[in-house]
Amino acid sequence: MSLLNLHLKVWRQHRGQPGHFQDIEAREIPDHASFLEMMDIVNERLITSGQDPVAFDHDCREGICGMCSMQINGVPHGPERATTTCQLHMRHFREGDTIWIEPFRAKAFPVVKDLMVDRGAFDRIQQAGGFITVRTGSAPDANAIPIGKEVADAAMDAAACIGCGACVAACKNASAMLFVSAKAGQLNSLPQGQPEKDRRTLAMVRQMDKEGFGHCTNHYECEAACPKEISVRWITKLNRDYAAAGLREAFVGRQEAAEGGD
Amino acid sequence: MSSVVESLSCFVRSSIGKKILVAATGLVLVLFVLGHMIGNLLAFAGPDAINAYGHLLQTSLHGGGVWIARLGLLAAVVVHVVATISLTRQSRAARPDAYGRQKAQVSGRAARTMIWSGLTLLCFIVFHLMHFTVRNIENFGGPDYEVVLDGEKMHNVYKMVVVGFSHVGVSAFYILSMVLLYGHLSHGVSSLFQTLGLATYRSERIFKAIGHAYALLILVGNCSIPLAVLAGVLK
Ligand code: HEM
Ligand code: FES
Repeated sequence: MSLLNLHLKVWRQHRGQPGHFQDIEAREIPDHASFLEMMDIVNERLITSGQDPVAFDHDCREGICGMCSMQINGVPHGPERATTTCQLHMRHFREGDTIWIEPFRAKAFPVVKDLMVDRGAFDRIQQAGGFITVRTGSAPDANAIPIGKEVADAAMDAAACIGCGACVAACKNASAMLFVSAKAGQLNSLPQGQPEKDRRTLAMVRQMDKEGFGHCTNHYECEAACPKEISVRWITKLNRDYAAAGLREAFVGRQEAAEGGD
Repeated sequence: MSSVVESLSCFVRSSIGKKILVAATGLVLVLFVLGHMIGNLLAFAGPDAINAYGHLLQTSLHGGGVWIARLGLLAAVVVHVVATISLTRQSRAARPDAYGRQKAQVSGRAARTMIWSGLTLLCFIVFHLMHFTVRNIENFGGPDYEVVLDGEKMHNVYKMVVVGFSHVGVSAFYILSMVLLYGHLSHGVSSLFQTLGLATYRSERIFKAIGHAYALLILVGNCSIPLAVLAGVLK
């Protein structure tokens, strides 16, 4: 184990007030610490010296909850591919490095404090259509509906999305298309998702627009930043599903829709 | 009826709907740019070839054909520009506070400068129309620019092109615009397959390659004309 001395530039902000970067010297950080453990060490020292610790989100610390949102040196969750901040280790940094640490920035993700942002917009998009309607009570038989292996695998890839917001943070337009396309696409590919497919697609995209996210310019920074490597092909599918749903909504009446089984 | 209009207007006001309009109008312009270039390359086949081609366009459908094309293209350009400006503004508003550090991992410069290459192209389109269509930058009309071919009087397109491009400044602006069009197309052509929902895991690379090859073809083809005039090959 070796120890690293790092210069941190950390964003400090209270909700609704202008923020600024604070220079913090992080001395003698063990290189086997995770990034969040480094933040813990820094915070312990801030508290001991009577200063306000840096507020940041975290929960599982094993890459599955999606809470640890931070822009590290200009990239969501730091420079390593397919990792969350909690999975990033300090051995990827060098002695004397300067590290910029900022919140995910988007109008739809207002800063709560320092590095913590409110990602409630994602929840509202999910509530708008990211579900299927089922009878609750008696659990349905798990394998009652046959699903092709390819379909199941693809839906599983989309379901890997942990809703961390890295796609929004990485996008130059603060677009939520990768998130929305994964959530809509997962259900839109499965038989259980078919009955509400159009309604879901339209509602989720409309909520996405309403929350003030930007649009997709097909740069694919989101895919590069995604800790779960969600593919931009889900965005292709969302574009396709949305166009079809929009045209059906405009031209197809209730009866014809019923004939089509949708 | 009204609910159809209502649904469609809601559709085209959404971010994806608007982007689909950009892609559809972009496709119209992409196809036009290719046809336009092929027509212009007739200059290398000699004055008669390009003059006859110009005459054919002017007189198709008793002179109506050219107006149908003009109005269609005008509509495509207007929709393309209005939609892209509106999308760009919305997306700027989506990130009001800039990052202290932001690193692009995969996107290229052409993709990130679409609005700037586009707005320069808009200036170019206006100039180009004033130059060779309205012809109020330089006088390319009158008896000096008339030729007779197979007993028919027609506009001397060939002479207009040669005289027009013999000004170095004008040619330089055309070439600069074509370089920006190259950038616009090298991202735009493959991008439109994604927007229209046609890209797949397997075809994506092919679309990318087609986009780059297409952009290069347009760049070389269009620049060859002012360069040939300046080099004295077309005279
Ligand atoms: C010869 C003229 C033009 C052609 C052939 C053309 C073609 C295209 C194509 C194919 C796209 C890709 C659409 C997509 O991503 O799905 C595009 C996008 C774009 N165009 Fe054009 N375009 C032209 C002129 C213009 C002009 C005059 C503007 C001026 C504002 C402009 C601004 C843009 C912008 C900003 C985008 C990116 C939109 C986005 O990613 O959301 N273009 N163009
Ligand atoms: S803390 Fe749960 S993903 Fe990082």
